Amino acid sequence: MLPLTQSPAVGGTTYEIVRRKHPWRIVAAAVVLTILGLLAFGAANAQGLHWSVVGHYLFTRVIFTGLLRTLELTGAAMLLGLCLGVIFGIMRLSHNPVLSSVAWLYVWAFRGTPIILQLFLWFNLALVFPHIHVPGIVDASTVKIMTPFLAALLGFGINEGAYMSEIIRGGLMSVPPGQTEAALSLGASRAWATRRVVLPQALRVILPTIGNETLGMLKLTSLAAFIAFNELFGTTETIYYSNSQVIELLIVAGAWYLLASSILSIGQYYLERKVGRGFQRGGRNRTLFEQLVIRGWVKLRGA
Amino acid sequence: MALDFSADRAFAEGRPDVVECHGVSKSFGNVQVLRGVDLQVRESEVLCILGPSGAGKSTLLRCINHLEGIDDGWIKVAGQIIGYELRGGKLHELPERVIRHQRGLCGMVFQHFNLFPHFTVLENVMVGPVELQKEPKGQVESRARGFLDRVGLGDKVAAYPAQLSGGQQQRVAIARALAMNPRVLLFDEPTSALDPEVVGEVLAVMLELAQEGRTMIVVTHEVGFAREAADRVAFMFNGKIAEIGPAKNVLEKPSEARTAEFLAHVLV
Repeated sequence: MLPLTQSPAVGGTTYEIVRRKHPWRIVAAAVVLTILGLLAFGAANAQGLHWSVVGHYLFTRVIFTGLLRTLELTGAAMLLGLCLGVIFGIMRLSHNPVLSSVAWLYVWAFRGTPIILQLFLWFNLALVFPHIHVPGIVDASTVKIMTPFLAALLGFGINEGAYMSEIIRGGLMSVPPGQTEAALSLGASRAWATRRVVLPQALRVILPTIGNETLGMLKLTSLAAFIAFNELFGTTETIYYSNSQVIELLIVAGAWYLLASSILSIGQYYLERKVGRGFQRGGRNRTLFEQLVIRGWVKLRGA
Repeated sequence: MALDFSADRAFAEGRPDVVECHGVSKSFGNVQVLRGVDLQVRESEVLCILGPSGAGKSTLLRCINHLEGIDDGWIKVAGQIIGYELRGGKLHELPERVIRHQRGLCGMVFQHFNLFPHFTVLENVMVGPVELQKEPKGQVESRARGFLDRVGLGDKVAAYPAQLSGGQQQRVAIARALAMNPRVLLFDEPTSALDPEVVGEVLAVMLELAQEGRTMIVVTHEVGFAREAADRVAFMFNGKIAEIGPAKNVLEKPSEARTAEFLAHVLV
């Protein structure tokens, strides 16, 4: 190596810069791809795995109905969870000790017990409350009201609300108090400051997590099969109980879950970009695959 | 050039008091931060408040626009008692709706700017008058652009705060405060969070405002600015105003030993 003082570039000549090679990266990639290839080969040639059965069931009406129920339940439960989360998240930050304690109790109870237990609890509510009577709203036997869908909605929604309230509380607390003060000093009410200043900034922190929660909920709803709600997983289960093509039908369900969660990811990308207004560097590194999917989608929309 | 307004402006009789503090006390828990502060600031006067940290300077400013309630005494801005209403010999805390209106009397500039990061520069300046004072948008926009020109940021209207330097952000914050047409501007250590090379541009804007006759209360550590811009300087120690008077007198011939000691430290 030349000493710095004798650097040949001093004369004003410039040189081409040659980047370092990374041979081990290529080796590692080759190894991983080989293993993947072998697995794919094995799956394609597996004895007793009938891809034709997968193809047959992939686009049947009964599977679509199951998928639709999964999406409905996911949407409704997330909506209920979000509403409860906002209410209890704000309550938790309240200066009123009763309100904040009640919010704490809610989170403690519903985050501290298994979701499957909560589902069974709602589903079997008729055992302790055979009749529900709220003057002017409902007056009927619990068995009639508490359908599998409603039990699943309450179970997932209320459970999600407990997690969501913590997410929203964290988001609200992540906005510096100076933001509220600046708004107040301009003559704003607390409600205006929260709605126009704090929430939009909190959303930037909250939204990726809500996206993850939604993806989680999409898959979690499969547990509703255990309280007789025939969503996507429950439907495939019913089919393979009768025809014994277990793996094939699980692959069918898996394919639709993957497609649905991929579409949700794309939606999340756009939402995050929208609330990222004013903040240049938005968020996390995406994998090569995520980048490909999103770029492909953007191109497709452009065309 | 040192500007000496003290002789002809600050103590001109007949100018009304814009801010009056009488026996103002404030505690946070067991810590008493203000211990009976008395203060009058007249129209068009520039008052700089100096003193060590923890003396209660910022708290006093925050009490003047009721970001903090007070425990004793009263504060008037433009003749109105801030945050409270005198009824039956007692001061009753006012509803939020009235306090909101009173806060419009003061324009506050914070140490950490506190611009809204999700709004553009222009939106930051316009949001108060348009959404909170319900003024027509067109009128406010031309006024807001005017103030942004005044602070030298006419070309940054579409930028977001994160794209600006600290000095530029603080100048936007000053424009935002001005757009509310306040009776008094409150500056809470406006240059303390800035990089040294941009302190000057903010002080220059503040000096210009002082010279055009705006009423200003400036909590600062910039003794040079106080000497140049202030009509009067107050020293706060331990929750009280230890010394107050014309800038020249206080800064050059302080009568309090503590003031002299503080100045000796700051001016090193």
